[in-house]
Amino acid sequence: MALLELKGVTMRFGGLYAVNDISLFVEPGQLYGLIGPNGAGKTTVFNVITGVYTPTAGEISMDGESLGGKRTGRITRHGVARTFQNIRLFANMTVLENVKVAFHCRQAARLAAAIFRTGTHAAEERRVDRESRELLKIFHLDHLAEEKAKNLPYGSQRRLEIARAMATSPRLLLLDEPAAGMNPQEANELMDLIRWVRDQYGMAILLVEHNMKVVMGICETVHVLDYGSTIAIGSPAEIQRNPKVIEAYLGGV
Amino acid sequence: MKRLAAGTGIVAALWLANGLLSGSLVPALGISPYFLQVLCLAGINIILAVSLNLINGFTGQFSIGHAGFMAIGGYSSAFLTVTFGDRIRAALGFLPEAGQNGVLLLTGLTVGAILAAIAGFLVGVPSLRLRGDYLAIVTLGFGEIIRVFIVNIDAIGGARGLSGIPKLANFFWIYLFAAITIVVVSRIVNSSFGRTLIAIREDEIAAEAMGVDTTRSKVISFSVSSALAGIAGALFAHYLMYLNPNSFTFLKSIEIIIMIVIGGLGSITGSVLGAVLYIGLTEGLREFAQYRMVLFSFLLVVLMIVRPQGILGHWELLAGLPRRWRLGVDAPPPVRG
Repeated sequence: MALLELKGVTMRFGGLYAVNDISLFVEPGQLYGLIGPNGAGKTTVFNVITGVYTPTAGEISMDGESLGGKRTGRITRHGVARTFQNIRLFANMTVLENVKVAFHCRQAARLAAAIFRTGTHAAEERRVDRESRELLKIFHLDHLAEEKAKNLPYGSQRRLEIARAMATSPRLLLLDEPAAGMNPQEANELMDLIRWVRDQYGMAILLVEHNMKVVMGICETVHVLDYGSTIAIGSPAEIQRNPKVIEAYLGGV
Repeated sequence: MKRLAAGTGIVAALWLANGLLSGSLVPALGISPYFLQVLCLAGINIILAVSLNLINGFTGQFSIGHAGFMAIGGYSSAFLTVTFGDRIRAALGFLPEAGQNGVLLLTGLTVGAILAAIAGFLVGVPSLRLRGDYLAIVTLGFGEIIRVFIVNIDAIGGARGLSGIPKLANFFWIYLFAAITIVVVSRIVNSSFGRTLIAIREDEIAAEAMGVDTTRSKVISFSVSSALAGIAGALFAHYLMYLNPNSFTFLKSIEIIIMIVIGGLGSITGSVLGAVLYIGLTEGLREFAQYRMVLFSFLLVVLMIVRPQGILGHWELLAGLPRRWRLGVDAPPPVRG
């Protein structure tokens, strides 16, 4: 059974079909790429999966359990984490705190325990602190732990977004253009990091990306959207030869 | 044990300060009753400002009906002590009078806090489920509804006000609860739960996407804030011994907002400073008589131009000290690894 299943999902805004009858299956541990020209509906697919939008039609399920109608927070606790195309860090919090917020949904923290400062609360805070710092180390952000998120350079902010999403212990990670604005070297490092994260934690990754080198370099399956509809699904090599894909990107002759 | 010692120390210090300031210990050292009253009202303002800052400054949800929750706490506790005070005292006959007063006050405070928290919950659930400024709209209406409600209930004095409230609160009790408020709010803000509040302020969509149940966090934050306002109201009632619905108008809510904006939204130290400055300025400008509020508004405008983030911004007292001395910061020491 697939980890994530989208069956005939349609998202309509008035007369505009942002996503039209899309079916998509992501297996556990799979690196799945979602590409398409601007406005093809990629981010809308993310927003539908994470419950930001309720799809007009179709079924979304994870491990066979329907995600329909659930709030974003519950879907995240169910094991889906995401990053944002336009970075949405908690700007005035430190790098460390950004990650700690994401740990909260796996914590048993009680407010009363915090107010009376019980021993279990302190122990849990120490554990979260340690795990957050370990996570930052993986993403080469440990030396910036006490820095405010808004003061980070762009590439580090993108890495912090991924680290923060990882802190929710997802089984499916949705990355929305993680390489946007990165130079070729940073993009290469990011590719290695994504692959490493997948191998290490075994989570499935759904990747939206315009940088074809990244997509073709790491994805096992590539799904191409145009005007909200699927035009091709296949391995990177197949997609690169597909005439429909070439037409969508370069225009017909 | 350390915490117990610190708590006892604070209580003893407040008791001593109370005795000295009121002149009951050494009559020569007592300050004027006017000044003592200003100090006590400043203490109540500190509770109001710090509690409002929890929802406005840290959670980023704009509430403009804090006076309404204060009114609920004040009236409910006063109704309790006026109506059942004698019976409670009779049941506590074995205690000395100061003890009876203390128990009576604490009962009133508890009832006031619980009712204000329930009101906060009921107001918060529908309006905080939504993103945006709905809380401001709803609390604005709520504050007025409470006031009009009180005006029309004869059992609690209606428009005449409620008099004959026993004087149970004094400098000691007011500042004890001001200290408790500061400790509670700073511990909340520095806890795992508190981080979710700040995350909601920073970016609600991202907070929700990181698994935070934003509605739950906001409602809890708002209920705690309301409960503390209820305590402030109850202390206010039992200090001045008289309540009038006109003490809880929209203007009172705005006053509290001014305090936290002066001090810096998102700084507990700032709220304390703002509360003290506000009452200091309004009292200090009394000699300018009718120009008082004009001058005060002018000072506010100047402050907002010169320092829009408030005097302290996000800065906290003691934040630069070693962690264990900090006000309420319970973050563990950094673990190297």
